[in-house]
Amino acid sequence: MPIIEIKKLTKIFGTDPKRAVPLLKDGWSKEKIFKETKLTVGVNQAEFSIETGQIFVIMGLSGSGKSTLVRLLNRLIEPTSGQVLFNGSDVLQMNAEQLRQFRRKNMGMVFQKFALFPHRTVVQNVEYGLEIQGMSKAKRREMAMQSLELVGLKGWEDSYPDQLSGGMQQRVGLARGLANDPDVLLMDEAFSALDPLIRKDMQDELIELQSKMKKTIVFITHDLDEALRIGDQIALMKDGSIVQIGSPEEILMQPANKYVERFVEDVDLSKILTASHVMRKPETITAERGPRVALQLMRDRGVSSLYVVDKDKGMKLIGVITAEDAAGAIKEGLPLDDIIQRELPSVSPDTLLNELFEIMGNTRLPVAVVDESGRLKGIIIKGAVLAALAGNTVPEAGVQLGHS
Amino acid sequence: MSANFGPFFDVIKFVIGMIVKGFDIVLRGTPDLLLLVILVALTWYIAKWRMGLFALIGLLLIHNLGYWSNAMQTLSLVLTAALLSIVIGVPLGILCARKNVVQNIVTPVLDFMQTMPAFVYLLPAISFFSLGIVPGVISSIIFAIPPTIRLTNLGIRQVPQELVEAADAFGSTPSQKLYKLQLPLAMPTIMAGINQTIMLSLSMVVIASMIGAQGVGTDVLRAVQQTRIGTGFEAGLVIVILAILLDRLTQTVMKKSKK
Repeated sequence: MPIIEIKKLTKIFGTDPKRAVPLLKDGWSKEKIFKETKLTVGVNQAEFSIETGQIFVIMGLSGSGKSTLVRLLNRLIEPTSGQVLFNGSDVLQMNAEQLRQFRRKNMGMVFQKFALFPHRTVVQNVEYGLEIQGMSKAKRREMAMQSLELVGLKGWEDSYPDQLSGGMQQRVGLARGLANDPDVLLMDEAFSALDPLIRKDMQDELIELQSKMKKTIVFITHDLDEALRIGDQIALMKDGSIVQIGSPEEILMQPANKYVERFVEDVDLSKILTASHVMRKPETITAERGPRVALQLMRDRGVSSLYVVDKDKGMKLIGVITAEDAAGAIKEGLPLDDIIQRELPSVSPDTLLNELFEIMGNTRLPVAVVDESGRLKGIIIKGAVLAALAGNTVPEAGVQLGHS
Repeated sequence: MSANFGPFFDVIKFVIGMIVKGFDIVLRGTPDLLLLVILVALTWYIAKWRMGLFALIGLLLIHNLGYWSNAMQTLSLVLTAALLSIVIGVPLGILCARKNVVQNIVTPVLDFMQTMPAFVYLLPAISFFSLGIVPGVISSIIFAIPPTIRLTNLGIRQVPQELVEAADAFGSTPSQKLYKLQLPLAMPTIMAGINQTIMLSLSMVVIASMIGAQGVGTDVLRAVQQTRIGTGFEAGLVIVILAILLDRLTQTVMKKSKK
């Protein structure tokens, strides 16, 4: 079961907003509704589900309704209609006290402009969420310190927020959001106010933290690069509606419409796509076979080289043989083992394409993709890289192998 | 009205009378010089030594001119009015900040209270509470309470929306939000309101003396009526010294609350 699921979630601003709900159902546009009723559609019948442990990115330009949408999840903004299901129970049905408990225990939040309390020290900020639950001072201090240590701010606990840099302030915000140990962390443009370099560090740290703590994170951003970097799933919003939901690759490779296409056209794909996206299934042979078999295989498959693997060790890569060498070996009666080229270019599956260019320029052979235990995952030929950079969909086989 | 609400007004009269008397006993019951030393020490402690020195010279001057007893009576009236203004004004200001409806009702009432000439509500004050210090305190409160209400309201509304949102997002109850976030951040503004309230109630002492509130105001009033310029200036100077002391003290507290 998804941890968060929203159904037909709608927010309309203005007086008596409910009257516009049927109009949205009839497919009226945001502009038309505003023209006819003076009501502003914030979020239009949004639907998605988030699995536990995902980083779910909601991306859109300013005014697209993404910040409104994230506030509907914990009812900082009251939805007009629809459902927000948290572990299957409807958040919108909660009374004030249940909602408070839900916010205290289940959903932390990190804000764009940090929203730290200026009259409280760093540690007092972090423990705020615990303090209002009535936790004893010693206990909450201990938990707050753990949280601060997690974000690398140990030693700063007695400073005031205005004594810290922007990046450090947002670490405090992050620590405050994590201190309650919530199931879900909502992050509203959490890194947008930071310098690009610091932002990148924070993104890396967030990914690391998430892999450690397995939090479900709902991350709002207007920055496509950020979305692609950290998102497991990305929901793209425009005019209050969700235009497309998918993995970063799907958004890049199969944009749902012209809007998404325009959004992603400026992306430098070589910095986002990795070897695993463009590799395809290699033709392999085991070392026990003879050169004749190898040459026959190459003819059948229409390739000029074969990868030699050890099937007993789970496709462990041994080397490569070329058609030329195989023909030579047959003439001279050599075993296959003698003609294996053991030195060959190889990369790991998450090597970025822009790091691949140089390696590929120095070799005539396809580049082998091997995982950390030396198993052959796929090979990369030049054509596939160029096709991917041109925005074409990667051949199915390669994609499947990449995810296996 | 005085017939129907007679007991109610009696209760108010009794309570205010008791507070004034309490201050009066402390201020005038203590030997003059001992109190003087205590006040100077207190000023020295709260504000800087320069303010302490001013307090020493100023209070000695008041004592030397022979206005000590009357000055302390005036101080009782001012402190009572200020105390009650705070007790009534701060909660009312909080209420205004929370509910727009309350603000919309209270604001015109405050405008009315501030623009209506003070002499006008001396009359009903007399008819409800008869002559003496109590109607003086009441009219001082009416005149002086608006800044406390207004600035408490303003101070709370000025707390950045994103901070309030953060407090909500972590599941604060309304009172946790008030005590842990809004009041601490609004404190400098609220203190500015209280400072203004004290100053305004001090400016009411001469008018209050017209309905029998004893103190330095009476001296000023008598000097005006008898055109005794010298006495008028002396009594006026006493009010000025009290005003400066009270202003600087509350301002210092205000600045400290900002940190």
